[in-house]
Amino acid sequence: MNRTPSIALKTRDLRTYLSKYWTLYLMLLLPMLYFFIFKYIPMTYIQIAFKKYSIVKSPWEMPWADNHGFEYFIKAFKNRDFLLALRNTLMLNSLDLLFGFPAPIILALILNELPYHRFKRVTQTIAYMPHFLSWVIIAGMALQLLAPNTGLLNIWLKKLGAGPIPFLNDPNYWVGTYVVLGIWQSVGWNTIIYLAAMTSINPELYEAAAIDGAGRLRRIWHVTLPGIRPTIVILLILSLGHLMGSYFDRPYALRNPLVKDVSDVIAIFVYNYGIRGLQFSLTTAVGLFQSVINVMLLVLADRLAKRFGERGIL
Amino acid sequence: MRTSRDSRWLDYFAVAVSILVIVVCLLPMVNLLARSLSDSEYLVRGEVGLWPKGLNFEAYRLVLEDTKYTWAFVWTVIITAAGTMLSLFMTAICAYPLTYDHLKGRSVIMSLILFTMYFNAGTIPMYLLLKDIGLLNHPLVLIVPYCLSVFNIILMRNYFYTIPTSLRESAEMDGANPVRILVSIYLPLSLPIIATLALFYAVGRWNTYSDALMFMNKREFYPISLLLYFLIQSVSEVETYSLEGNIPLGLSESLKAAAVMFATVPILLVYPWLQRYFIQGVTLGSIKE
Repeated sequence: MNRTPSIALKTRDLRTYLSKYWTLYLMLLLPMLYFFIFKYIPMTYIQIAFKKYSIVKSPWEMPWADNHGFEYFIKAFKNRDFLLALRNTLMLNSLDLLFGFPAPIILALILNELPYHRFKRVTQTIAYMPHFLSWVIIAGMALQLLAPNTGLLNIWLKKLGAGPIPFLNDPNYWVGTYVVLGIWQSVGWNTIIYLAAMTSINPELYEAAAIDGAGRLRRIWHVTLPGIRPTIVILLILSLGHLMGSYFDRPYALRNPLVKDVSDVIAIFVYNYGIRGLQFSLTTAVGLFQSVINVMLLVLADRLAKRFGERGIL
Repeated sequence: MRTSRDSRWLDYFAVAVSILVIVVCLLPMVNLLARSLSDSEYLVRGEVGLWPKGLNFEAYRLVLEDTKYTWAFVWTVIITAAGTMLSLFMTAICAYPLTYDHLKGRSVIMSLILFTMYFNAGTIPMYLLLKDIGLLNHPLVLIVPYCLSVFNIILMRNYFYTIPTSLRESAEMDGANPVRILVSIYLPLSLPIIATLALFYAVGRWNTYSDALMFMNKREFYPISLLLYFLIQSVSEVETYSLEGNIPLGLSESLKAAAVMFATVPILLVYPWLQRYFIQGVTLGSIKE
């Protein structure tokens, strides 16, 4: 190949290229503007975490905070509410991971064994539905269903001779209810990806296993599970990356003053201290701390997955 | 294989689990419906289970007559419709150019987009930005700031990849430009993913309450979920945000149930129409990457 194009030729190439494809760049203009304004400009506001916030100055002009700019990080770690929020975030997310992560895998394995195709589809359709309900709606349902004296569940428990259980009003029960409602909302939906992975397993593997005398349980263990292993690993990486993440909608909809010692996660702390309390520097520092840990966890989990011979996500 | 006697129990087990899943998923909704149609007297005494007692439509009448709720409902429909259309438009024009493998600068653009999925500035910088550009408490704050999702862009791009490039090439031969190819070839062939993403975006808009809680303090622009949040959350706030006029105290329980139903029904009506597409849409889109 002779690769000595003159400058003139290059610019002519570029010109014909652009005359043919300029519309592609035009299309990208609006979405890139969106990302620039709503994702990248906010990143310049992160410096507020290291500066004394002033309403009349731009983030670039604000004076630096004390302790080499780390004043607000130090303040956060001396704040009881923040330490509580940090603990709650880690606790609720670990419990979600421990119980919520395996649940859809188990359900997908069971649904995959259903012998009747139509019945399987009906089950799936109904199991996906809670995923589309907002946490406000779920909280509304849960408050009614689980009310200590008038809720259906406690009415049934009373008939069985058990006392009413304060599912949402006692900190210990609240944590359990939070985890179970999370599974209720997402387990069906999360089976989709596993079921799809199962359909792509080569059926000959099952036949070979059957000829070797493997029963159905052994086939699940030796064929189906290894078949969805890459999917499990990728979703596990993503979940590990979210260990420090904190969603606002779910804990905020389910919380009440009686359980705030276990329910108030970092997102709620940021809302209370930042937007309601106007402590912008402190809460920006908290948000930055959280984002950095998240990215680190994600990278770490990805490395780990690659060490175990999986593809990873990064 | 399936009929061998020793493994028949697994079929029964799977069927039993499925039935359990169906019951557990439907039970709260059936209970809610029963409560919304019941006389509050029975509710307070804890007598309503899966079937309404003292059947009446009083709670629904009150919700429908309250202008605050009906307006919030209409406003949420507007946000949802406008937001979904904007999101779909933006997702399509973002995903389509990225399917051109030879597009110059593609990998830079891709990295810029993906980076925002792993690292975000946080709530407060977003709040301050919205304040500085004048979107805070502006009706558009419920539509514009979250109109694009990186994950959905990837889903749509991966779906576009399943359409043979030969179609595009032959259209190019005929002199069609990229916009024309997107509109008359790619979009008509992408109905499953469009329906899927429409459902995702619409449900997201319909369900949103936290961005309204944080970025909107004009009550006339509260979406239905936020009103609902205040209604069901605490007694003191119920007094401020509950329905106008004097409502008999006993009615409040069935009223809450009716209000929750009011916000749930639209999702339950739209879901069955779109759900036949979304399994295909989601799996085809996400398995590749």
